[in-house]
Amino acid sequence: MGVLVSKDSRVIVQGFTGSEGTFHASQMIEYGTNVVGGVTPGKGGSTHLDKPVFNTVVDAVNATKADVSIIFVPPAFAADAIMEAANAGIKVIVCITEGIPVNDMVKAKEYIKGYDTRLIGPNCPGVITAGEAKVGIMPGFVFKKGKIGIVSKSGTLTYEAADQVAKAGLGITTAIGIGGDPIIGTTTKEAVELLMNDPETEGIIMIGEIGGNLEAIAARWIKENGTKPVVGFIAGETAPAGRTMGHAGAIVGGHDDTAQAKKRIMRECGIHVVDSPAEIGKKMAEVIGVLA
Amino acid sequence: MNLHEYQGKSILTKYGVAIQRGVVVEKVEDAVAAAKKLTEETGTSWYVVKAQIHAGGRGKGLVAETGSNGVVLAKGIDHVEEKVKGILGGHLETAQTNGKGKLVSKVLLAEDVYYPGESEVSEFYMSVLLDREKGRNVIMYSTEGGMDIETVSENTPHLIFKEEIDPKVGIQGFQARKIAFNLGLSGEAFKQMTKFVVNLYSAYEGCDAAMFEINPVLKTSDNKIIAVDAKVTLDGNSLFRHPDYAAMRDFTEEDPTEVEADAAGLNFVKLDGNVACMVNGAGLAMATMDIIKLSGGNPANFLDVGGTANAERVEKAFHIILKDPNVKAILINIFGGIVRCDRVAQGVVDAYKNMGSIPVPIIVRLQGTNAVEAKKLIDESGLNVHSAVLLQEASDKVKAVLA
Repeated sequence: MGVLVSKDSRVIVQGFTGSEGTFHASQMIEYGTNVVGGVTPGKGGSTHLDKPVFNTVVDAVNATKADVSIIFVPPAFAADAIMEAANAGIKVIVCITEGIPVNDMVKAKEYIKGYDTRLIGPNCPGVITAGEAKVGIMPGFVFKKGKIGIVSKSGTLTYEAADQVAKAGLGITTAIGIGGDPIIGTTTKEAVELLMNDPETEGIIMIGEIGGNLEAIAARWIKENGTKPVVGFIAGETAPAGRTMGHAGAIVGGHDDTAQAKKRIMRECGIHVVDSPAEIGKKMAEVIGVLA
Repeated sequence: MNLHEYQGKSILTKYGVAIQRGVVVEKVEDAVAAAKKLTEETGTSWYVVKAQIHAGGRGKGLVAETGSNGVVLAKGIDHVEEKVKGILGGHLETAQTNGKGKLVSKVLLAEDVYYPGESEVSEFYMSVLLDREKGRNVIMYSTEGGMDIETVSENTPHLIFKEEIDPKVGIQGFQARKIAFNLGLSGEAFKQMTKFVVNLYSAYEGCDAAMFEINPVLKTSDNKIIAVDAKVTLDGNSLFRHPDYAAMRDFTEEDPTEVEADAAGLNFVKLDGNVACMVNGAGLAMATMDIIKLSGGNPANFLDVGGTANAERVEKAFHIILKDPNVKAILINIFGGIVRCDRVAQGVVDAYKNMGSIPVPIIVRLQGTNAVEAKKLIDESGLNVHSAVLLQEASDKVKAVLA
């Protein structure tokens, strides 16, 4: 079970034959993900990693019935790749690419509104449903199968949380890396909602960072609709205002998007917020009643 | 990427946005000639001398050496040299320069636009920026121009208007008219404002900006609408499309260590604390800064070394971190997923040996693939390096070395 991707997902890789695409596609295949092919314009008809290569996403969908795509296309062409996937009927688009021009994403996000599709990212580590499918760049072995869902803006901090969860005697259903850009396809609230509705998930870890108001919106939604315990952490309490901290979206612009403000809102909405990132796993074990 | 006022105005001009015109002056002795040239072009007889630095609040700011404000008026060509001398080459401190003066190496000598005439002049506020929640650009504007917009938003929020732009069709005529009406304009000024708004938005999209702030937008006494100031921030991710704008980057406005780190492909932000950190991934890097604080220290930097933490990169990162004399300890926090921890550990050991000695204790926390082998490598190196596997252990070790 889990959400978004599973053992039944039929995955294609856009930017399949490039170095990033090749490396991570082979890692995904090794994990057991059902990769059915890839797209590299101009290389259609060939094979790569023993899978067929297509010129366009629509060719790939027609031939393989793919429903999930992962994008490793360079920033200048990535928004175009997202729109191509939506247009071809892909249901879950995972965009790993970092550094896409903001105005390109404004247009791509608007374009895909007209399609029955969900975009994860960009600038994200992808999605993994433990033991079933890895559609991303995360180290698969860290995500032991279990009952906890993770929603996070960050890559390595997600691995950190998953590792702590495993050490606390729990495991992961699905971890969703929503991405660290100012414009992303799936928001914190939407990802949390998916996990709230997943029967296998018993607790949710929500990891945010400074900048924007996605965590506040998610917190208010959880207060009204939450049915499972949520543990939260916001990175960047010590970050100065007005400076971009690595992720393009991680910048304090006002009073409401500091780590302190977000944590306060999350606590008010009943989320179990930890101040130390070392305590995420321990806190989750505590609130769902499993001793570490 | 932030631009100076004169650079921002040059982009606006390209898109037909009317501006307060000016000439850039870099040497005091060029000031009078520049003033004469400006008079020939614009007919102005008064001159506004504006310091060109990347910080707001220049008008109220003070030049440390002379006591001059950062924006001053020269009422006649005879006063130009003296006024320029008061600013150029000095250090300007404003509410936004964090207590440190910024060297003024250029001033903009601009025409006077507040001349009397058939109608009153009025000042407005206008910015274009991304509404992250909606994923769309918005034009934010107000009748309360010339003031700090944060103050307006606190005291009189009903005087701030927003117009959302549909990315499918861009700005439409009715939106420009709505803005001009809301600003209380009529006649020629109304017409000029609609043109101003449409051109301003085209400029924003055309140059792939991340933010435009025009404060004030001025209605002159003869009903022209012009940008008196221009704060322009470009989207760094789009600069590959605009090599001419990328060349406008002023490295002297940035921290020299940050410039060096950037050239080495390291994502580094200088902070004021005493414990440095070196981390893979931006989110974990911010979380590591927070851990430093919880351990009783203060972060000296943000540093994301990315996915390839090899000896060369680690050594470069050490060099950059150690330029700061306040650093009392270094915390290296790597979650090895695809990158193997033992490789990173070897990188740390090699970099340490290449550098001879490092004067502060180092705590290395390596978790993930081959973490055990990595810890052994560090422990057996004989260097002043403390190893940890769990994040909590790393935090405790930072506490111990600071005590």
